[in-house]
Amino acid sequence: MAAPHKQSPPTALSEHEKIAHSTSGMHHRHSHAESSEHTGGHHLLQVEHLSIGFTRYESQTGPSAQKTRVEVIRDMNLSVHRGELLAIVGASGAGKTLLANTLLGRFEPNAFVEGILWFDGQVQSQQTLARLRGRSIALVPQSVLALDPLMKVGRQVALRSSGRKAGLRSRGREAVATGEDSRARQQRQRSLFEHYGLGEEVAGLYPFELSGGMARRVLLCMALRDEPELIIADEPTPGLDLALAVQAMGDFREFADGGGSVLLITHDIELALRVADRVAVFQDGTVIEETAVADFASPDTLREPFSKALWHALPEHDFAVMPAEREAAMPDEALYDQATRAEAFSDRAARAEVGQGNSAHGEED
Amino acid sequence: MTSFILRNVLKFVLLMLATSMVVFALVSVSPLDPVQMNVGQSAYLTMSPEKKAQLAEYWGTNAPLWERYGHWFGDVIRGDMGTSLRFNAPVADVIAGRFLNSLALMAAAWILSGILGFALGLVAAVKRGGIVDRIIKGYCLILAATPTFWLGLVFLIIFSVTLGWFPIGFSVPIGASAADVGFLDILRHLVLPATTLSVIGVANIALHTREKAIDTRESEFFRFAEARGASTWQAMRQHGLRNLLLPALTLQFAQVAELFGGSVLVEQVFSYPGLGSAAVTAGLGGDVALLAAIALISAALVFSGNLVANILYGVIDPRIRRRGFACAKKARKGAGDASS
Repeated sequence: MAAPHKQSPPTALSEHEKIAHSTSGMHHRHSHAESSEHTGGHHLLQVEHLSIGFTRYESQTGPSAQKTRVEVIRDMNLSVHRGELLAIVGASGAGKTLLANTLLGRFEPNAFVEGILWFDGQVQSQQTLARLRGRSIALVPQSVLALDPLMKVGRQVALRSSGRKAGLRSRGREAVATGEDSRARQQRQRSLFEHYGLGEEVAGLYPFELSGGMARRVLLCMALRDEPELIIADEPTPGLDLALAVQAMGDFREFADGGGSVLLITHDIELALRVADRVAVFQDGTVIEETAVADFASPDTLREPFSKALWHALPEHDFAVMPAEREAAMPDEALYDQATRAEAFSDRAARAEVGQGNSAHGEED
Repeated sequence: MTSFILRNVLKFVLLMLATSMVVFALVSVSPLDPVQMNVGQSAYLTMSPEKKAQLAEYWGTNAPLWERYGHWFGDVIRGDMGTSLRFNAPVADVIAGRFLNSLALMAAAWILSGILGFALGLVAAVKRGGIVDRIIKGYCLILAATPTFWLGLVFLIIFSVTLGWFPIGFSVPIGASAADVGFLDILRHLVLPATTLSVIGVANIALHTREKAIDTRESEFFRFAEARGASTWQAMRQHGLRNLLLPALTLQFAQVAELFGGSVLVEQVFSYPGLGSAAVTAGLGGDVALLAAIALISAALVFSGNLVANILYGVIDPRIRRRGFACAKKARKGAGDASS
């Protein structure tokens, strides 16, 4: 792998544009699905050599304390095309939520983030990503807990959500615009609810009154309110029964078929293979293989041993032990090993966070 | 709903019975001689033992405790709370005038401490860890450790004596006739005592709100609001306020008891004619009828504070409103969980 760029070289964009995206096959360390488009000659979201981690001090105190870097995500590459559903599949606790937060411009206060993030052909910084969030990039959260328990859901969907600073600068005009905006947002909420089969009465319910399926669609409506180009779904299916999970996946598929892009973060490879165009296999803090779902039809089209192990671990392949691959002889064990290592990793990261006295929300992916 | 009302009426009656019994029992074991208190010190000294015995017989001071209690309670039920010895007027009249004064004082202090404490707690939580947060926290801790009467004296020295902005005491100008006293006069006399009294509540409510607001900031719905593009203040306005107001209001209503305790001290320092200073006068002067009545009134006040907090839960929290009062307890527990 190439050495990671520490910052974006000024020529990066033009070099990037020169690459012939129309060719299929491998480029940018990934292979394409049939539906992968390069609108405008670039990927909608491209992650290059991304490393995220925390700096912490060794346990001994005093001047001899050593600063060490704990990398949760290292040298990661990922591309999401327009109109495509890309699933990142990896074990729980491997840093996938950290990745989602970073893409939303919500960097952890004591984390370091290195690498280049492109969105729609532009290099992004934390500030520009923060401006995009909720507008061009929207998050679909995990559970109904993401809804305010004391506000009716219709109002929450129609809530003004990005009034930063603009309101302070031009109060007078803003006041007029706000009235129109709020009507437009309500209109949008009603049409979204109608589209997703949520009745008029659902808007008047509080989150505790929603069924699991309703809650999930309300969360989707919240993400779609400002017509984003990319939605990031962070483990949207735990706690849902299979029928609802499949329905949820169907909704994401529909959004992608309509020209939107979906980055689906999940540990459920079966579900991912059902709906995704391409799958990125996430292991040890990086994407080891990013390829079309079609390649998962047989282990021979997969390049990495871990991906092959994943293939064999699928129930329909009867948890078969692969004789040819000695190092991946026990896929379950390999997965277990990965999970425990990843947990130990995020544990340490979380402790480092607490130690710094910063907002310590646990890594919950 | 009907059961909720019936239950609270029953609670109230039991509370009044228990309070009056305890007060009556305590007074009866005190060393005060009822005859001596009633006729006065000098008359008692010159009185013959036969006369004393006759008076004791007449007032029934030798009757058993439960019989005296029965008499007194029967009178109270009929609206006769007896005669105040120190004010030489029916207890009901004494309390009526002073209750309004105390109510104005406590209401002003209550609102002031609630608004100020809530705002300070909110700002501290949003600026958590910063210099503003530390200043607010320090300010609250100092306030919490300051005796009320001492603060009252300091305020008097600074604002009344040195600066002369406010009167040094009482609820109306000295020497003015009742007809000449305007609303502004009353307000001017209220400022210092109310400010002093409000200090009791500010630290509590601010530190409590700060903790709750920090919990809210870390809740999933708050983080999601920020992930949708809302700024911290915007998310605080949209989601924080409604989730923080309920616990703050509950605490504030539960604090009515402390407020009443504080008003006794503050009214003494500012010579403010309220229930608190009347309680002190009654206690020191052996005015048993007035003391018992004030005990009942204050118990009723604290009870209504707590009752309002309970009812507000039902009005503000949809989880209780929509499920009915039957499972109010369960939902209240849920409210705590959700906001933490």
